[in-house]
Amino acid sequence: MAAVQETVDKVRTLDVDAYKYGFTTDIESEKAPKGLNEDIVRFISAKKNEPEWLTDWRLDAFRRWRTMAEPKWARVHYPPIDYQDLYYYAAPKTAEGPKSLDEVDPELLRTYEKLGIPLREQEILAGVQADPNARKVAVDAVFDSVSVATTFKAELAKAGVIFCPISEAVQTHPELVKKYLGSVVPVTDNYFATLNSAVFSDGSFVYIPPGVRCPMELSTYFRINERNTGQFERTLIIADKGSYVSYLEGCTAPQRDENQLHAAVVELIAMEDAEIKYSTVQNWYPGDSEGKGGIYNFVTKRGDCRGDRSKISWTQVETGSAITWKYPSCILRGESSRGEFYSIAISNGYQQVDSGTKMLHLGANTSSRVISKGISAGHSQNTYRGQISAHRKAKNARNFTNCDSLLIGNSCGAHTVPYIEAKNSSAVFEHEATTSKISDDQLFYCMQRGLSAEEATALIVNGFVRDVLQQLPMEFAVEAQKLIAISLEGSVG
Amino acid sequence: MLEIENLHVSVAGKKILDGLTLKVADGEVAAIMGPNGSGKSTLSYVVAGRSDYEVTEGSIKLDGVDLAEKSPAERAALGLFLVFQYPLEIPGVTTMTFLKAAINAQRKARGEEELATPDFMRRVRDAAKKLNISQDMLKRPVNFGFSGGEKKRMEILQMALLEPKFAILDEMDSGLDIDALRVCAEGVNALRSKERGLLVITHYQRLLDYIAPDTVHVMHKGRIVRSGGPELALELEKSGYADYAEEAA
Repeated sequence: MAAVQETVDKVRTLDVDAYKYGFTTDIESEKAPKGLNEDIVRFISAKKNEPEWLTDWRLDAFRRWRTMAEPKWARVHYPPIDYQDLYYYAAPKTAEGPKSLDEVDPELLRTYEKLGIPLREQEILAGVQADPNARKVAVDAVFDSVSVATTFKAELAKAGVIFCPISEAVQTHPELVKKYLGSVVPVTDNYFATLNSAVFSDGSFVYIPPGVRCPMELSTYFRINERNTGQFERTLIIADKGSYVSYLEGCTAPQRDENQLHAAVVELIAMEDAEIKYSTVQNWYPGDSEGKGGIYNFVTKRGDCRGDRSKISWTQVETGSAITWKYPSCILRGESSRGEFYSIAISNGYQQVDSGTKMLHLGANTSSRVISKGISAGHSQNTYRGQISAHRKAKNARNFTNCDSLLIGNSCGAHTVPYIEAKNSSAVFEHEATTSKISDDQLFYCMQRGLSAEEATALIVNGFVRDVLQQLPMEFAVEAQKLIAISLEGSVG
Repeated sequence: MLEIENLHVSVAGKKILDGLTLKVADGEVAAIMGPNGSGKSTLSYVVAGRSDYEVTEGSIKLDGVDLAEKSPAERAALGLFLVFQYPLEIPGVTTMTFLKAAINAQRKARGEEELATPDFMRRVRDAAKKLNISQDMLKRPVNFGFSGGEKKRMEILQMALLEPKFAILDEMDSGLDIDALRVCAEGVNALRSKERGLLVITHYQRLLDYIAPDTVHVMHKGRIVRSGGPELALELEKSGYADYAEEAA
């Protein structure tokens, strides 16, 4: 209960509508001219000093993108986006990319400190000494279009783990990037993924060699700072045979009146007996109480269980963004491979969420599990959209889906759209779904026992999401619990 | 001491309580009996502070403190406890978590220290044993999938742990078989004390065989129409409520 109490205290100290991460950092940046054309794509590629094959790959994506149309099937509404009115590249101004933390602009470091992300390894190490139970987390921080600092590189290198900005991996490990980039989310996959392929700026690259259990949690922290700037990061994680990695991702953005576009692509590849655990705490600026501003979070995340007995697990806590459009998915190609999706999606104010997963069973004896908890409050709309399919060769494919929605108040909506398709008769798919409402009776019951309305709501919501919170790494679970209470602030009358 | 003075209450414009006056002293066990629709449950909700009931006239005081402006949580911290006729289920929240949250919220409101976990565990274990509540039940979500009897025993457990100054038992006997009723009634009797007042709301004399009241009040159309000793309940059992309806009219 300490955590719940802490959450509630935290909520009380905040003003209504106060988005904690809404500050901007005053830092000089270098931008590409507004708009998008082949020259801009070449400009980005040249800035990153990319080899010709990658420039061509981007240009090919750009040409494809121009022939495509924005998807309209999701239950989200927004005015047309003027893609020519955005900046596609913004980088904090430094002569060269930072070689070490000492070369990073102190203003940037202060920004990350404000966000609670300790970049300085010394501080982390000091923390470890103070608390022997604290685990080390290696952080890659991405500010607008570039990665500004990656910590613990040396220690990871000892284990043979590569963890660096993808722009750096293009230079240092071109063979790996070339082999795997676009192999899970093809260039032509969908409108936003194709756009990302053309203009992606930075993101993280992870390679875990065969048999290695990554010695610490890996984490990337994304921050949009510049006005009118799209963020298009690209993450590529490869877990080679028999390896294991747990990866965390966090995101925030300043409070701005205009909407900002975020179109990321994440590709995961798990080889034989490998396991990848990917956790996200997404807290982009959601817009104000009237629904003005906020991030459009149009993201493509997909994992490929390429090897037999491989496993990919997605856990997400989605509290931010004006619009969320994302479906972290698993392609269960290897025999006996397993995919998991655990999700908490919270919408308040005028937020719109259309999120879920796809579990594509291709191999025999593949299994998957989907636990989705949607919480809608205020005037928000929250949709779970999921696809479970079994190929005709996917003998004995199994899926269990549990999809629960919780409504707070009378002006919000919860929707569930499952697609289930089995092409062989040995597949067993189970789907459970519930929709409930925090009733006045439940609140009154808790209040009669001495809890305030806020405490009662926090308690009920934490109970509702418990199954999923348990899937998060410890440090993130505590943060997520706080975030949930803050996101729901003002939802009880 | 609970003092209700000339209480008028409406729900959605409809008058439910119509000038109800009632005093229950410390240590007293008062029973309210009455037919369906006489406003018995409304009375318990209003005293506990449920927001959809509008008090148009009159006052409710607990130990001299006017409750009019107090929230349900504040009333709970002042020592008011309601045994619900239909206890609510809270999925995902274990009973232990809930109990600890409730106890500490009340202690905090009274400016007391939080209860240390070992102390809390010991108190719960002792109280649970008396009510025949298993450790397994305490680990399950609050009232979730409990039988009627289990839910009521859990209510009495909460009452035992929260140690209220005044408790209202709203039709505690509904949904209970005779064995469960006996266990719950014994639990309540164990909590009778010189400092604690109890208001027992019921349809039937049966419950009063187990929890012997000091005073009995008959409620009809939103007011107390007759008051007396335990013999009044026995009389009612024989003659029913029809006579009192006429008397009130």
